[in-house]
Amino acid sequence: MTIIDCRPFLAVGVSFVAVILIAFSRRWPNLREAWSVIASLLKFGIILSMLPAVLDGNVYQWTLCQITDTVGLTLRTDPAGMIFATLASMLWVPMNFYSIGYMRCNQEREQTGYFAAFAMCMSAVMGIAMAENLLTFFIFYELLTLASYPLVLHKRNQEALMASRKYLIYTLISGQFFLAGVIAVYCISGTMSFTAGGFLTTDMAPKWVLQAAFVLMILAGSVKAAVMPLHGWLPAAMIAPTPVSALLHAVAVVKTGVFAVLRIIGFVFGPKLLAEIGVTDVLAWAAATSILVSSLIALRQDHLKRRLAFSTIGQLSYIVLGAALISPISIKGAYLHLVAHAVMKITLFMCAGLIIARTHRNNISELCGIGKKLPVTMACFTIASLGIAGVPFLVGFISKWNLCLGALQAGKPLYVLLWVASGLLAAAYLIPVSQMAFFVKDPQEKFRQYGEISYAMLIPICITTLIALILGCVPNVYPHFYELATMASNAVCAGWHGGWL
Amino acid sequence: MTQHAPIFIVLLPLTASLLCMLFSRIKKELGAWIVMASIVGAFLSACTVLQRVIATGGKTWHYWMGGWQPPIGIEFALDPLNSVLAVLVTFISMMVALYSKPFVKEEDWLHVGGYYTLFGLLTVGLCGMIITGDVFNLYVYLEIMSLSGYGLISLGGKKSMLAAFRYLLIGTIGASLYLMGVGYLYALTGTLNMADLAQRVVPFVGTPLFAIAVACFIIGFGIKMALFPLHGWQPDAYTFAHPGAAAFIAGCMSKAPAYALIRFMYYIFKVDSPVMHSALNVLGILGIAGILIGSIMAMAQYDFRRMLAYSSVAQIGYIAIGMAMGNMYGFIGAVLHIINHAFMKCSLFLVIGGVEHRFGEVNLYRLGGLNKKMTISTITVTLAALSMIGLPPTAGFFSKWYLMMGAYTGQQYFYIAVLVVSSLLNAIYFFRIIEQMFVQREASLTEVHPHKGKLGLPFSMALPIFVMGIGILVLGFYSVDIVTDIIKLGLPEVFLR
Amino acid sequence: MEVLNEFLKTKGIYSLVMILFFLGVYGMVLSKNYMKKLMAMNVMQVAVIFFYLCFAQKDGAMIPIQNGITTDPNAYINPLPHGLMLTAIVVSLGTTGVAIALLMRIKEIYGSVEEVEVLRRASK
Repeated sequence: MTIIDCRPFLAVGVSFVAVILIAFSRRWPNLREAWSVIASLLKFGIILSMLPAVLDGNVYQWTLCQITDTVGLTLRTDPAGMIFATLASMLWVPMNFYSIGYMRCNQEREQTGYFAAFAMCMSAVMGIAMAENLLTFFIFYELLTLASYPLVLHKRNQEALMASRKYLIYTLISGQFFLAGVIAVYCISGTMSFTAGGFLTTDMAPKWVLQAAFVLMILAGSVKAAVMPLHGWLPAAMIAPTPVSALLHAVAVVKTGVFAVLRIIGFVFGPKLLAEIGVTDVLAWAAATSILVSSLIALRQDHLKRRLAFSTIGQLSYIVLGAALISPISIKGAYLHLVAHAVMKITLFMCAGLIIARTHRNNISELCGIGKKLPVTMACFTIASLGIAGVPFLVGFISKWNLCLGALQAGKPLYVLLWVASGLLAAAYLIPVSQMAFFVKDPQEKFRQYGEISYAMLIPICITTLIALILGCVPNVYPHFYELATMASNAVCAGWHGGWL
Repeated sequence: MTQHAPIFIVLLPLTASLLCMLFSRIKKELGAWIVMASIVGAFLSACTVLQRVIATGGKTWHYWMGGWQPPIGIEFALDPLNSVLAVLVTFISMMVALYSKPFVKEEDWLHVGGYYTLFGLLTVGLCGMIITGDVFNLYVYLEIMSLSGYGLISLGGKKSMLAAFRYLLIGTIGASLYLMGVGYLYALTGTLNMADLAQRVVPFVGTPLFAIAVACFIIGFGIKMALFPLHGWQPDAYTFAHPGAAAFIAGCMSKAPAYALIRFMYYIFKVDSPVMHSALNVLGILGIAGILIGSIMAMAQYDFRRMLAYSSVAQIGYIAIGMAMGNMYGFIGAVLHIINHAFMKCSLFLVIGGVEHRFGEVNLYRLGGLNKKMTISTITVTLAALSMIGLPPTAGFFSKWYLMMGAYTGQQYFYIAVLVVSSLLNAIYFFRIIEQMFVQREASLTEVHPHKGKLGLPFSMALPIFVMGIGILVLGFYSVDIVTDIIKLGLPEVFLR
Repeated sequence: MEVLNEFLKTKGIYSLVMILFFLGVYGMVLSKNYMKKLMAMNVMQVAVIFFYLCFAQKDGAMIPIQNGITTDPNAYINPLPHGLMLTAIVVSLGTTGVAIALLMRIKEIYGSVEEVEVLRRASK
């Protein structure tokens, strides 16, 4: 049942309003940050208020205005969008406190611009999560590119300039490809509304046109999802302040990329059509290669944030691969991993940020013995690392399990091996960090500590670690990510059972 | 009164500009105010006209000059497109007239009076060209526009004389070719009224004379609108034009001929004959070449104004390919882009004029730290740049959207490729400016006209800049209303069959 | 001979007009002196005016002043093109005026109206 309600737009609008308020409270830092916190709480509240109805199988829908003569700016909360919206708004709340702590601890410049752009990004992410049609999706997608550009550029030095250029080149080119694909899809089918199971069919256009449209759109998604070889911007973007890396380059921006892939596969083309035009295999190969290669590169990175970035590239390809296998369970696994990876990676990045803020050390080889100075932080880091490696009773395990089952269901058991190998690799590049922190003595014997111990940074880390633990033990706890993922994958795969199981 | 609104669009600025010198002699400021008031009047009349035309469901309002019935008399034909473009031109004219006051502040009465006389006449020419329903009358307005344009360009200083003289030579060839084309059409059909012409020309569409006339129109208007190989005059003219008027010249002076070409192609000649098909193909090829070469040339410039001029060549290419698609969405895209581009280009020129006024600097590599000194201007530049690139939700995205739709429905996929490439080229040279303004170290600029306040510029300059910048967003949000309520009401017959 | 006569009779004058027009364009493009360019421009404009006057002409018709004998429109030549050309002449006069004014300023600034010379000094 469709409920006509403006709450989806309220969720988007609340941080737009925050952007304006933040921009005008330049002179009062406390007020400025209060706006950000209030907006994040309100946004999370609004999203949660829609949750019960969505779980009952209803959707909220609202059209704000017309974008073109035939397409409206419409938001809708289906289960798939709800997963992403809940996840992003949930993580924004601790992230906000962490940001405040980090920015004050580091005494960064341009804080007003930072908070404004951050709030803008969150609006765009909400829009992407709840977009009802391709054009609405595209508008928020480009808005996100624009809003995250100043964040990459935050340091305003030559290195940041180069990184931001690289970021723009990748994202703008892919955005234009996406636009071309959207127009092709629209002209083929005459509609743009996401429909579970896809709205394109083989009799609408010749096979090559459908293939071309698919490739154009997936390319765009893959750039933001940093599937190799389109990943170049992500390690470069690590120049941004760590909270940005944490929420945007581990959760929001890259997740919009994989979310785009999921939407395109599940809601535009649909499993049946894709099985017939057969281009998903290429995507699956690219994702598989990306998983292995990025893990191998991550092993060799000494810069902590860069290592995490390459780990992100690999983990995102899990989701893309899960989507590309198009079986019901693998798609469910993809949605679950979207949640799992976000929770784990944000913890890792926040830990890295705290280390950087407190010790001004960026490289892993300099972190010997840091576990004594920052015990809680490093404990959280270890837990999250184990989660990335896929240890049971942590959030990463559930999703990986589903992905492996999905590969079997799709009749491609070789991919199970891939996931096992990649889990081992993840352990190989993350566990040494903890090992060095706790068990190796600092050769210099001395850590210079900068600033006070900041609970604004530490408590969010603990919260996300707790979330990772709880979701790992009780996957369907409130806000019911597991059930939402099941609903989404069932809707996408209605009447479709994958390969041979 | 309202039944005479159409004539006031032209009559008010015409009278005022003729009286301007006289009043300027009495008091320097007076002439300027009178011209401005007249332009406001023209804007209000244009709004009245637009409102009435839409209220009557988009029926063309034929205003007969002196009550003489066409084809004997001259008429103003006001369909939705004409009216909305008249509103656009008078609005921009109003903004720029206000904006250019500080530029002439220190000059003597002769200069102030002359400037505003020419400015008023340019408005007259543009509006007349847009709303007239008579092909020879169009020639007269074209010349009014061109002559006052030459004057305004030559007011820009030493180098502008040469630019204006060259433009005059090339522009006169264009106007003469147009006159020649009108001659052919008159010889064929014996009428000058557009509506009449559209009916009487039908039997002749296969004849060689008709083809020659079409060629004359394309080359003639092509020169005036700076279509690709005929754009040679434009970079110099835009660069050296009077900095106050450059925004108006760059924003509107190439749009009125482009719109006139659309009228001829779609409303008079229709587009469904073999001759017109080849004409459209030629336009399409020129448009593509213009988009690519204009963008590449723009990247090579370091003078902000010259970069914008080359970017105009590219943007006119957008309009040309929209025309060349020959289907409804292409047409909508072309008309929408006329409106959007007028806004974007005008606001960019307003800002660079402001920078030139305050710092005497136009080199785009010396704009570092401008966001601290002129916040409103940098916001406007950012919006206009995003719109040029075609990113939502700014206006430029929507015209690009309709152009792409047109390309797809017409199965002309290469246009999509060109539009994509062009957006990326635009992104390169516009993000360069955004980077300059927000990131680079502050350039050491000497203040020619120091200004302390928060606006960064005198109020009469900051206001138009602000309004035009917001206008880009507003046009983006209301583009669907412009399309459904105005452009779709005025679609040419070809698409209604 | 017959063909030539026929051609001259029907299209001859138009060919001449066209030749004049393109002579004008040729002069504008190729002459190296701005004053000469301006004169060539006038030649081109005159060609357009001639063109209009040519197709207004009718065999055996008289000037369009009602003479009290006949009201048959075929007895008079078409007055409209003449009327239009009055406007065109005024426009061409205006254009020439503006051009000469600009040229005077160019001469003042650069000390010459030779294209090569002006461009050399302008690029300095």
